[in-house]
Amino acid sequence: MRENALWSLIVVFVPFSLVSIGGGPSIFAGIQHQSVEVYHWVTAREFVDLFAIARAAPGPGSMLVTLLGWKVAGWTGAIVATLALFVPSSLLCYGITKIWNHYRGRHWHTALENGLAPIGAGLILAGVFAIFRIAGAGILSWVIAGVAAAVLALRPQLNPLTLLAGGAVAFALWHSMVPQFN
Amino acid sequence: MSPIQTPVSLMSLFLVFFRVGLFSFGGGLSGWIYREVVTLRGWISDEDFFSGLALSQILPGANVTNLTVYIGQRLRGPVGAVSALVGLVIGPFFAVIAMVSAYAQLAAMPWIQDAMSGAAAAAIGLLLIVAVKGAYSSSRRLVPFLILMTTFVTVGLLQWPLVPVVLGLAPVSVAFAWWQSSSDA
Repeated sequence: MRENALWSLIVVFVPFSLVSIGGGPSIFAGIQHQSVEVYHWVTAREFVDLFAIARAAPGPGSMLVTLLGWKVAGWTGAIVATLALFVPSSLLCYGITKIWNHYRGRHWHTALENGLAPIGAGLILAGVFAIFRIAGAGILSWVIAGVAAAVLALRPQLNPLTLLAGGAVAFALWHSMVPQFN
Repeated sequence: MSPIQTPVSLMSLFLVFFRVGLFSFGGGLSGWIYREVVTLRGWISDEDFFSGLALSQILPGANVTNLTVYIGQRLRGPVGAVSALVGLVIGPFFAVIAMVSAYAQLAAMPWIQDAMSGAAAAAIGLLLIVAVKGAYSSSRRLVPFLILMTTFVTVGLLQWPLVPVVLGLAPVSVAFAWWQSSSDA
């Protein structure tokens, strides 16, 4: 039974690993369907909780699958699920990266690299907006982000943990003093 | 900044990504990686980073793990990729499990959630720096700047799906870069 559970984690997550173009968010809906309706690993309510935890915790949001594995089969489940989601896409990425770096210096490679760079930069900018939209952030979050960016621009050597701690204290204090705002 | 010549040690690769993985709340991971790998250590150049970033977003898989594999491979080959990736994931692996075990207690303390939102907002500041830096280096020429803005407006503001947008813009952008470098030469 336990082997069956581990096997089904692999069967579910390996394909998701290879189709998760654009990262975790593109497969969350599919993972929810499989783990709630098809395999009944967790209830819909539990899934939402796990999702929130994975988002709040450090690391990629796709660590959600670690938690699903943990629910299904403890430590072994957590390890199997994590590997099933991260290994296939990483192998593919490794292969492509290897080819990519092998041809470094060629004219077409330089053109590809210089051509992709502004797209990468645009995607980061878009990512900043997307994160705020998902988080439903208020004006306070924007202010904290802006201040953090300004401080880092002036003092690039400053440890970002100081900033994170500052942001955490500012947010908690503000909410405890002005509870009606969000 | 050109890539450094002495090989980066596997241990420092592991440690850098371990720190990034463990202390990155709320999605600012690429910002942290940029800071650690480009700004502080000069292991790879700006163009290297941003093209790797675009590559890792098109490929399947979490963007950060792809970017991590890209940088690890670039610096130290297969063992480099494994060191960096294990470093990135191992901290969060234990952290999420610890958090799910303590979830009931955590949920009873709302200030913890506030503090986390605050930390996440500050982490976005890191990402903002990278965005500005990328925008700056792309804006020295008109076409790359337009490409950057189009990417931002379509994906960020209009919420068009990322992959078709990238696949549509990439040929235009690359063709320009090709033409540019040919006419410079």
